[in-house]
Amino acid sequence: MEINKILNDKTCTIELTGRLDTLTSPQLEEALKEVPADIEKLVLDLKALEYVSSAGLRVFLNAQKSMAGKGEMILRHVNEEIMEVLSMTGFTQILTIENE
Amino acid sequence: MENIDIDPAKACFIEREFEADDKELPAILAFLEEELEKHYAGPKQTMALSLALEEAFVNVAHYAYENMPKGKAWIGLSFENDRVTVTLKDHGMEFDPLANEDPDITASAQDRKIGGLGIFMIKKSTDSCSYVRKQGYNILTMTKTIR
Repeated sequence: MEINKILNDKTCTIELTGRLDTLTSPQLEEALKEVPADIEKLVLDLKALEYVSSAGLRVFLNAQKSMAGKGEMILRHVNEEIMEVLSMTGFTQILTIENE
Repeated sequence: MENIDIDPAKACFIEREFEADDKELPAILAFLEEELEKHYAGPKQTMALSLALEEAFVNVAHYAYENMPKGKAWIGLSFENDRVTVTLKDHGMEFDPLANEDPDITASAQDRKIGGLGIFMIKKSTDSCSYVRKQGYNILTMTKTIR
C-alpha cells in the first residue's frame, strides 16, 4: 500500500493506494499518528484503494474517534467495492463520505 | 493430511498448507484469486471471498494456536458448477467463530466495537458458512456463487 500525505493549513489529506488489510493497516495507523494534533479536517482519499478488510475499518474508526470534538473526518472518492464493505458493516452510517 | 470434509472425486478440489501466520496472507489471497480466475469468477465475488478468507484466516493466525507452538492452516477450494466452497482448517484450540453474537452495526462511532466485525464480514460476504469440529480440526466452510 502507498500512503501519500498532504498537509494544507488545518486540513490533512491522506491518499491511499492499493490494499488496506491486516498487513498494511499498521502503516496507515503510523501515518495517522504523525498527523499534527491541531488539524481540523482529516480527509482520506480512497480513489486508488482497491480493498479494505476489518483491520482497515478499525483504523478508519479510530481516526474518526480521534477527530471527534476537534473537527471532522471525511472519506473521499469511495469506489463501489469499498462502499459495499462500508455498507455491509454499517460504517456508512457513522463515517462522512463525500463522492463528488 | 487426508481431506475429511469434501469428497475429492466429487469435484475439482485443491488444498494447500500454510503457516498460521499473518505473513502468509499475500500467498493465500494470491492462491484464492488465481483459482477463482481460472473458474471465471466475477470481480465482486472475488473481492468478497478474499475478504471472507482474510478475516477467517487472520482469526486462526491470531487465536487458534495461542500458547501453543506455531501451527498450520489448510485452505481447500472446491468448485462445482458456478459455486465455490472454501474450507479453512486448523489443528488449534476448539473454537466456533460463528457462535459469537453479531456486533451492533447501528451503534454510534463512539460506541462502536470493532471486535467480531471480521466474523460478521465473513457471514455477509458469503452465501453460507458453517463450522464443525472434526477429528481435532476446526473446519470453517464458506460457499459462494462466483458468477
